[in-house]
Amino acid sequence: MLGKRKDLLGLKDLSAEEIKYILNNAETMKYVLSQKNKKTPHLQGKSIITLFYENSTRTRLSFELAAKYMSASAANISASGSSVAKGETLIDTGKTIDMMGTDIIIIRHPMSGAPHLLAKNVKASVINAGDGMNEHPTQALLDMMTIKEKKGKIKGLKVAIIGDIAHSRVARSNIWGLTKLGAEVCVAGPATLIPPEIEKTGVKVFNSVQEALLDADVVMGLRIQLERQKRGLFPTTREYARFFGIDDKRLMFAKEDALLLHPGPVNRGVELSSDVIDGEKSLINEQVTNGVAVRMAVLYLFARKGGSNENIN
Amino acid sequence: MRILIKNGHVIDPKNRRDDKLDIYIENGLIVEIDKELDYSGGDIEVIDAEGKLVVPGLIDMHCHLREPGYEYKEDIESGTRSAAVGGFTSIACMPNTNPVIDNQAIVEYVKTKAKNVGVVNVYPIGAITKGLKGEELAEIGELKFAGVVAVSDDGKPVMNSSLMRRALQYANMFDTPVISHCEDLTLVGDGVMNEGYMSTYLGLKGITRAAEDVMVARDIVLSEVTGTPIHIAHVSTAGAVEIIRHAKARGVKVTCETCPHYFTLTDKAVEGYNTAAKMNPPLRTEEDVEAVKEGLKDGTIDVIATDHAPHHIDEKNVEFDKAANGIVGFETALALGITYLVDTGILTMSQLLQKMCVNPANILGLNKGSLGINRPADVIVIDKNEEYIVDINKFQSKSRNSPYHGYTLKGTVHYTIVGGKVIVRQKVLL
Ligand SMILES: [Zn+2]
Ligand SMILES: [Zn+2]
Repeated sequence: MLGKRKDLLGLKDLSAEEIKYILNNAETMKYVLSQKNKKTPHLQGKSIITLFYENSTRTRLSFELAAKYMSASAANISASGSSVAKGETLIDTGKTIDMMGTDIIIIRHPMSGAPHLLAKNVKASVINAGDGMNEHPTQALLDMMTIKEKKGKIKGLKVAIIGDIAHSRVARSNIWGLTKLGAEVCVAGPATLIPPEIEKTGVKVFNSVQEALLDADVVMGLRIQLERQKRGLFPTTREYARFFGIDDKRLMFAKEDALLLHPGPVNRGVELSSDVIDGEKSLINEQVTNGVAVRMAVLYLFARKGGSNENIN
Repeated sequence: MRILIKNGHVIDPKNRRDDKLDIYIENGLIVEIDKELDYSGGDIEVIDAEGKLVVPGLIDMHCHLREPGYEYKEDIESGTRSAAVGGFTSIACMPNTNPVIDNQAIVEYVKTKAKNVGVVNVYPIGAITKGLKGEELAEIGELKFAGVVAVSDDGKPVMNSSLMRRALQYANMFDTPVISHCEDLTLVGDGVMNEGYMSTYLGLKGITRAAEDVMVARDIVLSEVTGTPIHIAHVSTAGAVEIIRHAKARGVKVTCETCPHYFTLTDKAVEGYNTAAKMNPPLRTEEDVEAVKEGLKDGTIDVIATDHAPHHIDEKNVEFDKAANGIVGFETALALGITYLVDTGILTMSQLLQKMCVNPANILGLNKGSLGINRPADVIVIDKNEEYIVDINKFQSKSRNSPYHGYTLKGTVHYTIVGGKVIVRQKVLL
């Protein structure tokens, strides 16, 4: 299904069928995860490196556990205290890792397009674990998996994504993925955090959160980066919470059986109120479990494609 | 040394020549231009220009030669050779070198180096402010006496409006044109490409077109209140074209240039995080490209400059955010003009030459850009219909950064003659 595709760089480039294929595999992996003995031989003999230029304990842990559950050997390189910090270029670092016979490189990078640059220069499969404001495909896949699990489908659902759309790779990947699978996606947030011409991706833009939430099947909050406030993109977290935060009252605009997602970690009381976070609509904890399942599926599907032993390019 | 260029179609907009004529060159000067000239002798080089155009050598009023300081990207020798194969016989180089061209000694250095190793005429441009820091005026008077043809802080705007006003007043006393790189840095922020659908699509930080428009408007106001001419570098937006058009209609002494990439490419070229398409100002939208073409057609845009900005491969083969801005401009500029402006009927060949020879010479006050009798013989012979495929590996520049690799363009330079000396003969750089 994924054909000769060596890398998972984003959902923008995947077809609806490819996305569904990954999601189906993730369901199988979730079954494996639910077993007492989680160890499977799927990735026996495969080597996986996480190359993180940006801290993210959650995402890294999720990938590492996924790799270990499937018997891969996994190691990590972080930007601090390595050659990465000493001015070695991304391409040089990638080639060095590649020469060690690595099958998959999982990269997190603060600059958009960095995984694309790496993918062009290494034999290993490159999995994007978040690049700049561009994409975070496995996060969107786990969101989609969670939605599908609860709703039985994605097609025809109304999904509202609320908050800092402009700087969110989670929002972008979800927009590409959800619209491809036939969901209606609405976005809302401060005008300063809505990227230009986002409507061209097929989403609807609303000025008020209530309007975006109206009759939504799924509500997705995004994390607010506090440094955006200093840059004048919104005045205070207090004002943000008042106009754009999701609380019980606002959530009433959504459908009664609406789901609430958030990529975490949540700024409590800013983008989501505590009653909502811990409320019955919230799937924030399920998302974490599904994250491991999705990453197991992705590693399994792509480990066969990369690495020096294969001639797929 | 005598040269006779026979049977070519001579186009010389300044002297209103557009006819099949021969040109006779002796001791570096153009001696005669007429029909069917008859000169002979063993020491004469006869160039058969049948089917080709014979035109004044091109003048680039905006390039970066990188010497002193960044010779790993380009130096005066390689830069002038790159210019020569592109048909340029005179070029004006920007002062953002290291050290900056903000004092007499560096002006002398560039001039001497160009005389010794350069193959085309090089005219240094001095800094507006010391060290291009935008804090204090450079010694513009002294720079002028040392030989600069203009001043500019190109690469950076002069953000301080008061300082820019003083610069205009002061430079005018020395008849020194001021070239402004228009960019409001507070609006640019950490943007790396044009702001619009493509930046949203790629998840790259955008630069609003307003960053250019606001600064162009400011500089026009300052030119108006000081009564000093100003030249706006590399116009890239529909807004800037419109603002300049209105200013010219009011009689403001404003001139401007654009570069081939702004009438041939849009921000779509960035797709795939293509760093060869990263420039400053960034590639804009279809609407801007159309406006730039319209501005060229109606005379709002006076000049086509290259903004030749060579960079080492290591500065482009990195994450898009980190990549250096700019392209190797000399070697594709003429063909891009012919292919995208002349062949499409936007400009005549004569109008293209007006923007690549006559107007830049006028703005910089150079007695160049035409085929005058007893003037230094800066002449090129081009085949305007010959197609070729751009190959960055064949560039004479030390650098390879160009988004046009693999493009099929029309227009080749067969001869470049500088001061009566043949530099390019039958498409081969000597
Ligand atoms: Zn500039
Ligand atoms: Zn420049």
